[in-house]
Amino acid sequence: MTKPMPTTNLSYRSVFALVLKRDLTIALRHKDDIINPLLFFIIVVTLFPLGIGPEAQTLSRIAPGIIWVAALLATLLSLDRLFKSDHSDGSLEQMLLSPQPVFILVLAKIVAHWLITGLPLILIAPLLAVLLHLNEQSYGALLLTLLLGTPVLSLLGAIGVALTVGIKKGGVLLSLLVLPLYIPVLIFATSAIDTAALGLPYSGQLAIIAALFFGSLTLAPFAVGAALKVSTN
Amino acid sequence: MSATNSDSTTINSQKVNKQATLLSATNLTCIREERLLFDQLNIEINAGDIVQVEGPNGSGKTSLLRILSGLSQPFEGDISFNKLSIDSCREEFHQNLLYLGHLPGVKGEMSAQENLSFNLALHGFGKTVINTDATLAQVNLTGFEDSLAAHLSAGQHRRISLARLYQSHARIWILDEPFTAIDKQGVHDLEQLFKTHIAQGGCVILTTHQDLLTFTPSQVKKITLDYAFDSYGE
Repeated sequence: MTKPMPTTNLSYRSVFALVLKRDLTIALRHKDDIINPLLFFIIVVTLFPLGIGPEAQTLSRIAPGIIWVAALLATLLSLDRLFKSDHSDGSLEQMLLSPQPVFILVLAKIVAHWLITGLPLILIAPLLAVLLHLNEQSYGALLLTLLLGTPVLSLLGAIGVALTVGIKKGGVLLSLLVLPLYIPVLIFATSAIDTAALGLPYSGQLAIIAALFFGSLTLAPFAVGAALKVSTN
Repeated sequence: MSATNSDSTTINSQKVNKQATLLSATNLTCIREERLLFDQLNIEINAGDIVQVEGPNGSGKTSLLRILSGLSQPFEGDISFNKLSIDSCREEFHQNLLYLGHLPGVKGEMSAQENLSFNLALHGFGKTVINTDATLAQVNLTGFEDSLAAHLSAGQHRRISLARLYQSHARIWILDEPFTAIDKQGVHDLEQLFKTHIAQGGCVILTTHQDLLTFTPSQVKKITLDYAFDSYGE
C-alpha cells in the first residue's frame, strides 16, 4: 500500500478547526462536561432567594453579585477538564509533539472550553436574572459583561490548569492560583451592572473588561503553551 | 556507572554505519527524585538503526526516550537532529518524529476511525485523504472502525495508536513499550513494519522487555541502562 505524503503546511485556521471540532465532539458525547457547570450555576442562583427571602428590593440589590460569583465558581469547577483528561491518556503529549504551533492548539482548546461552559451560562443568565428581580435597565450590561468576561475566565483559568495539570492533587492549588486573577473581572463586571441599574453609562467598566479580554486572548495561549511544556517535563 | 554506559555505547558504535546520523545526544545526564539515572551518556543513532533501550524497571528507559523526543529536559546535555539542536528546529524535528509513549493517547469518546484521523491530521496530513479503514485493517481493527474507543480493549487502544506507524513519513520512531498488550501475531507484524522502516532510511528507538524475534542480535543496537542506587550529591 502506498503512503500518501503528508501536507506539511497546515494553515492555522485548519489546525484550530481540527482541535475545536475534536473537543466539541468529545464534550457532546460526554454530556457531564456541559451539564455539570450549568447545573451548578442554576442551583447556586436559585438557592439565594430561598435563603434570603423573596423581597424584590434585597434580591435586585445583590443579583449582579450572585450571578457573577456563581458564573465564576461554575467556570472554576469546570476548568479541570480542560487538560486533565488529555494529560492522563497521553493525547496532550501527542499534541505537544505535533509539528503544529502549540499556541494555536491551546487557543482552540480554550475556545472549545468556553463554548461548552461559558456560552450556556450566558444563555441561561437572563432567565435567572428574572428570578432575582434584576433591574430592567441592567440586562444589557449583564449580558455584555458575561459575553466579554467569561472568555477571560476560561483564558486565565487555562494558565492555572496548565501549571497544575502534572500535579496529582492540584485542585486546591488551582483555586489559589486562579481566583486572585478572576477578582478584577468580578469587580468591574458587577460595577458595570450596578451602574447600569442607576441609568448611568457603564462603558468605562466594559472597556476595562474588554481590555482584559483582548490582553488575555493574545497572551494567555503562549503562557499556557509554556506551562504545559513544564508540566509534561 | 558512567563507565558502564559509555562502554555499552562504544560497543554499539563499533558497527560503523556509513549513513547519516539522524539523532545524537551528547553528555546526557538525567536526575529523577534525586537519583542519578544516567550520566554522561552519548548516543548516536543513524539512519537504518534499530535501537533497543534495555534496563530493569526504574532504570530510566522512559526518561531517556522522553528526553530524546524533547518532551523532557535533561539535567545536562544536548540532543541534536541532523546536527542541529532540537530546540532550534522544532517544527522540522517534530515532522520527522513519531513518539508513542506508554499511554496510547486514545480518546474513549471518539471512535477508532476518528481517533486515527485526528492523530494523522494533527501530525501533518491535514486534508490529505487517507483511507483510515484500510489502515485500521492493517492493525486488525476491521469491524471496529466506528466503535467508541471506550468500548475497546487495552490492546485495541494500543493498536489504534500504532496504526499511525503505517502512514508515517517520520524518520525517527521513538516507541515506549510498543508491544504492551499486543498479541503474538501483532508483535510479528510490527517487527516486519520496523524492518521496512529502517530499510527506507528511518530509525527505530524502542524499549521492550521481550527480545525482537525476527531480528538477529547483530542488527539490534543496544543501550543498557543500569540502575545503581547512587544518590545525587553523595
